[in-house]
Amino acid sequence: MVEALTLISSWAIPFVVLVVPLVGYLRGVKVYEAFIEGAEDGFKTAVNLIPYLVAILAAIGIFRASGAWEFMLGLISPVTDRVGVPAPVLPLALMRPLSGAGSLGIVADLMTAYGPDSFIGRLASTMQGSTDTTFYILTVYFGSVGVTRPRHAVAAGLIGDLSGIIAAVFITSLVFGS
Amino acid sequence: MMNTIWLLLLVAGVVTAGLTGRVEAVTTGLAAASNDAIQLAIGFIGIMTFWLGLMKIAEKAGLVDLLARIMGPLTRHLLPGVPPGHPAVGAVLTNVAANMLGLGSAATPLGLKAMDELGKLNKGKKTASDAMCTFLVLNTSAVTVIPATVVALRASAGSSNPAEIVGTTLFATLCSTLAALTADRLLRGRQNG
Repeated sequence: MVEALTLISSWAIPFVVLVVPLVGYLRGVKVYEAFIEGAEDGFKTAVNLIPYLVAILAAIGIFRASGAWEFMLGLISPVTDRVGVPAPVLPLALMRPLSGAGSLGIVADLMTAYGPDSFIGRLASTMQGSTDTTFYILTVYFGSVGVTRPRHAVAAGLIGDLSGIIAAVFITSLVFGS
Repeated sequence: MMNTIWLLLLVAGVVTAGLTGRVEAVTTGLAAASNDAIQLAIGFIGIMTFWLGLMKIAEKAGLVDLLARIMGPLTRHLLPGVPPGHPAVGAVLTNVAANMLGLGSAATPLGLKAMDELGKLNKGKKTASDAMCTFLVLNTSAVTVIPATVVALRASAGSSNPAEIVGTTLFATLCSTLAALTADRLLRGRQNG
C-alpha cells in the first residue's frame, strides 16, 4: 500500500512532464514556443502575489510571536474539551487554516511526542490531510487576480475547515477507537 | 470579513505583546514573517513559470479541451455563470485533478491560471464572483485522494502502517468539501455585490 502510494506520488509529475509535450508534439504543436508563451505569465503572477502574502503572513506572525496565540488556546480549550477534541490536537485544529508549514510542524511534534500510531498521531494525520490552508489559498488565489473583497468565500472556507476537524475526530474514533 | 480578521490578528497581537511585556516580539515577528512571505513568492516564480508553460502546451494540444469535455457536466453545476466552452472550465479541471492526486506544486499554478480566467469573466472587478468563490472553496477544502506529505511524515516517524490514515482522511476531506460547498451555496445569495 505504502509502496504503491509512494510510487504513484513520485511518478505522477514526471509522467505529466513526459506525456504533455509528447502528445503536443505528435499533434503538431510547436512545443518550445508554446512553453515560453505560457511561462511568461507565470513570472508576472508570482510577483503580483507579494503584497498579499506579506499582509497575511506578517499579521499571523505578529499574532503568534506576541503570545496572543497561547492566550487564545487557553480560552478555547474548555469548550473543545467538551465536544471531544483532545487537548493536544487543538493547536493543530486552529493552525490548519492559517499556516501549512506551521500545522505540518505541529503534526511532526505530536508524532514525536505521542507516536504516529497513537490515537493522537492518527487524528493529527487525518486532520492535516483533510483540509488545505484556507487563508493562504485565499490570499494567493484572490491576490493573483487583484480581488480584495472575497465575499462569503472566507466564511464558507472556515465552515469547511470546522467540518473537516469534526469529521476527523469522528472517523478516527470510529475506525481506530479512542 | 477579510478586513476584520486581518485587523483582529494585528490588534490582538500588539495588545497581548504590550500587556505581557514582550513588545519587541512584535517587531522581530513581523520582520521574520515578511521575509518568509518574500521567500515563498520567490520559490513560486520558478514553479509557476514552468507549470504555466507546460499548461500552454496541453492547451494547444487540445488536452485541456478533452478534460473539459469529459468532466463538463460536473463543472456546469459547480461553476455558476461560466459558459460551457470557456477556457476557465478546462483550467479549473486541471487544478482539481492535480489536487486530487496530491500534486501540490502543480495544483497551485494551475489554480491561479483558472482564477485568472474566472477573473476575466468577472471583468477584473475587486469583488469576487460567485464562480470565483465556489472555486476557492473547492481548493481550501481540498479533496485529496493521496495525502502524500502526511504518509511520508508518518513513515519517517516510524509508523508501522503509514498509509492507514488514507481512508479516514478521505472521509474527513469529503465531509469538509461537502460542508464548504453547501455553505458557499447558502451564503451566496445573501451577499451579492
